[in-house]
Parts: sequence; structure tokens; C-alpha cells
Amino acid sequence: MMGSENQGFEEAHIDASREEMESLVLDDPSNNSNGTKSFSHHRSAMSSLADSHHLLSRPMVAAPADSDPLLAPPSFRDFRNPNVAADNSSYIEPPSYADVIFSPFDENAVHEIDGVDSPGRSSDSSVSLSRSPSSSSDYIKITVSNPQKEQETSNSLVPGSNTYITYLITTRTNITGFNGSEFSVRRRFKDVVTLSDRLAESYRGFFIPPRPDKNLVESQVMQKQEFVEQRRVALEKYLRRLATHPVIRKSDELKVFLQVQGKLPLPTSTDVASRMLDGAVKLPKQLFGESVVVAPEEVVQPAKGGRDLLRLFKELRQSVTNDWVGSKPPVAEEDKEFLEKKGRMHDLEQQLSNASQQAESLVKAQQDMGETMGELGLTFIKLTKFENEEAIFNSQRVRAADMKNVATAAVKASRFYRELNAHTVKHLDTLHEYLGLMLSVHGAFSDRSSALLTVQTLISELSSLHSRAEKLEAASSKIFGGDKSRIRKIEELKETIRVTEDAKHVAIREYERIKENNRTELERLDRERHADFLNMLKGFVLNQAGYAEKIANVWAKVAEETSAYAREST
Amino acid sequence: MEQQRSSSGSSHSPRSSSSQPYLSISVTEPVKLGNGVQAYISYRVITKTNFPEYQGPEKIVIRRYSDFVWLRDRLFEKYKGVFIPPLPEKSTVEKFRFSAEFIELRRQALDIFVNRIASHHELQQSEDLRTFLQADEETMERLRSQETGIFKKKPADLMQIFKEMQTRVSDVVLGKEKPVEESNPEYEKLKNYIFELENHLSEAQKHAYRLVKRHKELGQSLSDFGKAAKLLGACEGHALGKAFSDLGTKSETLSVRLQKEAHQLLMNFEEPLKDYVRAVQSIKATIAERANAFRHQCELAETIKLKEINLDKLMLTRSDKVGEAELEYKELKAESEEATRRFENIVRVMNEEIVRFQDQKTQDMGIAFHQFAKGQSRLANNIADAWRSLLPKLEACLS
Repeated sequence: MMGSENQGFEEAHIDASREEMESLVLDDPSNNSNGTKSFSHHRSAMSSLADSHHLLSRPMVAAPADSDPLLAPPSFRDFRNPNVAADNSSYIEPPSYADVIFSPFDENAVHEIDGVDSPGRSSDSSVSLSRSPSSSSDYIKITVSNPQKEQETSNSLVPGSNTYITYLITTRTNITGFNGSEFSVRRRFKDVVTLSDRLAESYRGFFIPPRPDKNLVESQVMQKQEFVEQRRVALEKYLRRLATHPVIRKSDELKVFLQVQGKLPLPTSTDVASRMLDGAVKLPKQLFGESVVVAPEEVVQPAKGGRDLLRLFKELRQSVTNDWVGSKPPVAEEDKEFLEKKGRMHDLEQQLSNASQQAESLVKAQQDMGETMGELGLTFIKLTKFENEEAIFNSQRVRAADMKNVATAAVKASRFYRELNAHTVKHLDTLHEYLGLMLSVHGAFSDRSSALLTVQTLISELSSLHSRAEKLEAASSKIFGGDKSRIRKIEELKETIRVTEDAKHVAIREYERIKENNRTELERLDRERHADFLNMLKGFVLNQAGYAEKIANVWAKVAEETSAYAREST
Repeated sequence: MEQQRSSSGSSHSPRSSSSQPYLSISVTEPVKLGNGVQAYISYRVITKTNFPEYQGPEKIVIRRYSDFVWLRDRLFEKYKGVFIPPLPEKSTVEKFRFSAEFIELRRQALDIFVNRIASHHELQQSEDLRTFLQADEETMERLRSQETGIFKKKPADLMQIFKEMQTRVSDVVLGKEKPVEESNPEYEKLKNYIFELENHLSEAQKHAYRLVKRHKELGQSLSDFGKAAKLLGACEGHALGKAFSDLGTKSETLSVRLQKEAHQLLMNFEEPLKDYVRAVQSIKATIAERANAFRHQCELAETIKLKEINLDKLMLTRSDKVGEAELEYKELKAESEEATRRFENIVRVMNEEIVRFQDQKTQDMGIAFHQFAKGQSRLANNIADAWRSLLPKLEACLS
């Protein structure tokens, strides 16, 4: 990716796309509301920023037929805007299709205005709000750029050893919750991990976009620059996805991350070792059997390593009980509808994975076709030159001319295949995006399971507390006058029971809340996926048809030029 | 396959016939015969002609590949200077030998081979051709086994070949002279042209072959993609599911279409290019023949000079060996004249052949290009139509 080019084109891009929108012919007005998905970031190295910039500036000049077309590789401009190739007079443009083919991209430009992300570079559009007709015109546009090496200031035994990379994160927005409309901060990858962890805690049950991997090994294997660039791209994608999530984009965590200068003021995720130490000290005493006041809210947070060790064990025991005994746990996952949906998600994931794979093969096959066609053309061009140079007979010159027509057509067709492929990659990338989204779904579902487990554990705990209390009471009633220590114990136990009851209610509320989040998110996912996939299919099909027509025309011309041979041979 | 199947016209027929003279041949019906390692393909060769030298208006014989090789070798021996039409290669890969594609390609190539011979004004007169087209299988087998390359040559011929090799090697080793070659600049140019042409054409043929493969691969991946789309559709259900399912079906249809086109491409584009390469290789063989003839002529000229000197010496000394020497000299003179005649004939014939070759190749390639372009155009249109047909439903879903 061309990082620096990014910035240069950035400015132009927003304006460019506005003008693009105004100057382009749209297929039909209703397309606005349906909105094509903003195409997800495609894998090839070309910057799609270049194209919209280009659309307004220089017209594309196709290589004249006499020069070796293959020596001038198609510029990046070709890829996103075959539209411009239409200006090339050397082949016939099917007029009816020109608009139809390119309207998905035009719609894209439209989309950007009320949408959230730029067409070429946007990440997963599944969560784009602008799809719904009632979308407001608010937007957040995030860019990650300018990686810089920085020094770890303190705590380094060896001076100069601890360096890390920071990235410039620029946000443009008109949402009111932010301070201002444009601002930048510098963040390092660790900060992103922190953000991701905090969001996971606060937004349980939501389909939170997965953050980029840590990739510890790869960072050493790859060339530093390559790795940094890859990471920059991944970070941008991630942040953009967060910004398109209807709930998360409004989160405090994200706001803080994007705005607050200097050190990120979110509690960091401490490493396991220190947490274990913490845990030993702060172990909720009630779980040891001692009475203590523990805030119910603390209890309902999922058990993590370290301080919640004992709790983890209890919950594990509970889940094992659930499984083994096969007894109906105190609060069963009775929502059949949910179970069915979960099953469907699982199927969907499998099929998405398969489809994504086959899509990649298709793309490769198309690419190979284009390459070989081009090589064939080049070979014929060389042959043509050769025959012309060595020609003694006229028949040789005639043959050379025929060959040149074929060669030119082959080279053009080759270009078309490659252009088509660039588009195909973008379209079919939707499959890939949704496959990635499945991770978030898993996360949300496991939030639900762990919340349920907490409830179940508390219920079991309560039941065993109750039976202990009963036993104590039965025992002490036998002694006349009571046993002072036993009575005190019963009181303490009753206190613990009350606290645990409170905790149970909080846990149930939390569980219900997460269930509701799951439900709304599933609805949103289905809705958006539906629209995105339909648009993907339409875009894909339009593209294939459009380019096939262009290729057909190129060859029809040659068939025409060589038609004399057909007549003679019959 | 339209190349070269038209009947030949001949103006050499001594008797005037009411209709135009024709000699038209079909190589048909490949049949696998024999078992195991000995298995081979036989072809039905049907000749239709009104040439007086032939036994009748129609004749059907059974021939196999090695019979065609025999014919080619005989023609090469007898008609020096002529660019003998090329034969398809012997197959090296065992499992490929009986694939339907290979058999059809070979049949096509053999058909073109004989018809090219039949339309060549000199070659069509060949007695060996008549034998090939008319003799019964036993005769053919006998003839075939008599002459297969260098190992079946008569001892005297073998000796001659070895002698030639020896003199050439020793001459070079002794630094006596470099191998004798014509100093004809035009001919040099032609030779260079032919050698370079072969390189270019081989490359083109290689890419054409790859293109065939690419079509097959694209077809395969469309098929796989189609299946995956259908499965995904089953998962999604409703309108979207239907859309995926339709897309999947279309993909599979197009996959079949692509496989068909791959076959067409192989037959009508790659094969003609291969044929072109073979033709050029055949010319190289003729070039070698011409070189031999030239060398032979030169050697005899050299030998004669020496003999002349010797004869004069003997005459001066009034030796009784004069008579013998004179006889030898006369014989050599005749041989030399014959060698010169043969060489000059080759040169003359080659000059005619090169014109024919260029004309013919322009025709052949023109046809191949036309079919290639037509095929690609049709394929692309089919693809466009197929995808387009999905649009109405998709549009309906989206609105």
C-alpha cells in the first residue's frame, strides 16, 4: 500500500468523490436508499484513492496500437475506473451497459456522503448505518497513517532497547459527542489492545469487530517496513469497523481512544502474573466462606484469570455439572429460537468459509487467464515485428498484419480480464468480511454463555448456602438456650445469603441484557448481511457481464477483420 | 477443420477428362487395435479420385501411424527440395496416447497431411503415395518394416554415410577447412529466418497451449464457486438464498461452456500453431538435405581436380594406367555433373516452395486467427448473456 500517497490523496478524495457523485449518471434514484455496500478493502496493492482522483483529472490514454501495449503496464487507474477506458476510441463501448456497469461504483460515491466510509478503503460495511433509509447524515471517518518509531521512556535497563511504533490516528466527524470535527492522536498497538479489551467488557453480547492480531512471530520474520504497513492497514480497518457499529461508535472508550492526547486513559489489561498476585490478596472472601461485602456489580463481571481463580473453578465445576449430570441446570438455555439461530450461524460460517475459498480460486483463475492472454499477445507482437522486418514476400506482410490484429486484441482482452479481476476481488471480499465477522458473533455468544454460567453458579451457591443454614439451625435448635457461636454463624450465613441473592439478581439482569443485545445484533447482522450480499451479487454479475461484453467486442472486431479467410476456406 | 481438405487441382494429367481432376482423401474412424504395449490406433483412409494412375474412383484402406511415417520418409528421399508436409509427433506419454483428445488431434493432423500431399503438384504424382492409398495391408506392412530410418539402410549406403562423417570430422580436426557451405547471402538470410521463426512460433504455441489450460481452469473454478454459492444459498434461504442458488447454477453452466471452448481452442488454434512449428522443422530437414547435396557436389569437384592432375601426369609419363585413369575420370565427371544437377534442382525447387509456404501459412494462420477470434467473441457473449439473465431477479430483490 502506498502509505504516503494515502495522505496526499486523502484530501482530494473526499472532494473528488462529491464531484464524482454529481457528475455521474445513476442507474435509478431508488438506489440511494438501498445503497450498495461500501466495498471493502481489497487486497491488491493499488490504491483506489488514485482512481477517483484520477476520474476528474487526466483522461486515460490507451497505448496506441503500434506501440507495444504490454511494455506499458496498465496504470493503477485502470482498475477502479474502466469507465475511463470508455474514452478510448480504439474499441466499441456498448452504450447501454456503460452506465449500468459503473453505477455500483457511482452509488458508492453517493454512499460515501451519507455513509461512513470511503469506497475503496472501507472495511466491513456490514455495519453501515447508511443502508437504512432513515439514516442520519452523521459520519465518522478515521485514518491511520504516519508510523513512527518511539522510545520507551523509563524502565528500560538497556538504554535504547525498547522501541515501539506509534501511528497517527486522524478522525473527522460531525457527531456531537466528540469535541470538534477533526482531531488526531498518536497511539501504539498496545493501546488498541486495551481499547479492544475494554470494549469487550463493556459491550458484552454485541458483535464487536475483532481487533488485529498481535502477530509476535511475524513481526520478527517480516521486513519491518512491510509489517508496519500491514499493521497500519489492519488498524485502520479495525477502527473503521468500530466506527460503523451503531452502538460502539458512540462508546466512551472509542471516544477516549480517538481524542485524548497523550497516554491512553483506559485501564490497561494487566498481565496474568501480576493479576494472580492481585487475586491472592483480593479474593472475594465470601467464596472462601467468610462473610464480606462484595459489590454485586463486581460479581457479575466475567471471571478472569488471577483474582477470580477460585470463582473460575466454581464456575467450571458448575459447567461440568451441567454437562455431566445432564440435569436441567437451574436456569436453562431454553430459548429455542436462539439455539436454532446459533446452529444457523455455525452453518453460515462453514459455507462462508467454503465460498470465500472458492472465490479466491476464481479470482486466481481469472488472473491467470488475463496473464496468459497478455503473454500470448506479446509473443504475437514480437512475431509480427519479426515477419515485417524479414519480409520478402507480400504474404508475409499480410500475415504480419493479421497477427497484429490478434495480438492487439489479446492484449486488450488481457487488460480487461485484469480490470475485471480487480473488481471481482472487491465484490467477493464481502464474503471474506462476513467470515471475519463470525468471530465477533462467537464472542457475543460466549458472553451470553458465561453470563448464564454466572447465574447458574450463583443459584447453586445459594442453594448450598441455604442447606448449610438449615443444617445449622436444626443443630442449634436441639440445644436448649442455643449455642452462642452457632447462632452467630447462622447470622453471618444469612447475611451472605442476602448478598448472594442480590448478586444473583444483578447477574440475571446482566444475562437478560446480553440476551437482548444478542437478539438485536443478530437481527442487524441478518438484515445487513442480506443487503450486502445482494449488492455483492448484483455488483459481481454486472461486472462479469460488462467486461464480457467488452471482451466480446474486441474479438468480434478481429473476427470481422479476418472474415475473408472464413469465406475462402468453405 | 477446414485447412487443406479441399481437393487438389492438377494440371499434369495427360489425358483431358470431362471433369476437373481431383484427388481427395479422408482419414477417419480411429479404432484401437491390439493389446497392452502393442496396442495402436488404425485409421480408415478413403480416397476419391479421377486420376488415371489410380485403380478406381474410390478406395478404402486401413492404415496406422507408422504407415504415414513411411510415406513421409519416402517422399523426403525422392523429392529433395520440396517441403514435405509435417506429421504429428509420436506420443511420448503413455497414458495420453489413447485419450480421446489426442486421437482426434492426430486424426485431424493426418488428414491434413495426406491432403497437403495430394494438392502438391509434384508430390501428388508420387508412386509411393499411390501405394499408400491403395495397397493392401500386408503389402503395406512389408514395405513399412523394410525402411525405418538409418538402421534399415543398405550396407553400402551406411558405409557412404560413415565415410562422409569421417572426412568431415578429420577435415575439421586437421584444420584443413571449415565445413563447406554455400556463400549465398540470400540463402543465409533464409536459413536465419527459418531458425528464428521456429523459436518465435514455439513460444506462441506454448502460450496457446497455456491459454487452453487457463480456460479449463477457469471452468473448473467457476464450477466449484457455483457449488459453494448454492450451499451458501441453502444456508441463507429466502430471496437471498434463491439469488445465490441462481448464481450457482449459472456458474456451473458457464463452467461447461468454458470446457467446450477449451477444446475448440485446442483444435482450432493451438494445433494450427503446432502444425506451423512442424512445417518449419520440415523445412530445416530440407535445408540439411540441400547442405548435403552442396557438400557432395563440392567434394566431387575437389576429387575431379585431383584426378585431372593425376591423369595429366600419367599421360606425360605414357603410363599404361592411363586407360584406367581416363575411365575413372569419365565416371567421376558424370557423377559430378549429376551431383551438380541434383543440387541445382534442390535450389530451384526450394525457391518455389518458399513462396508456396509463405502463401499457405498466411492462409492457414488467417483461418486459425479467425476461428480463435470468433470463438473468444462467442464465448464472451455467452458469458455476458448468462450473467445478464440474473439481473432482473437481483434488481427485484434489491428494490
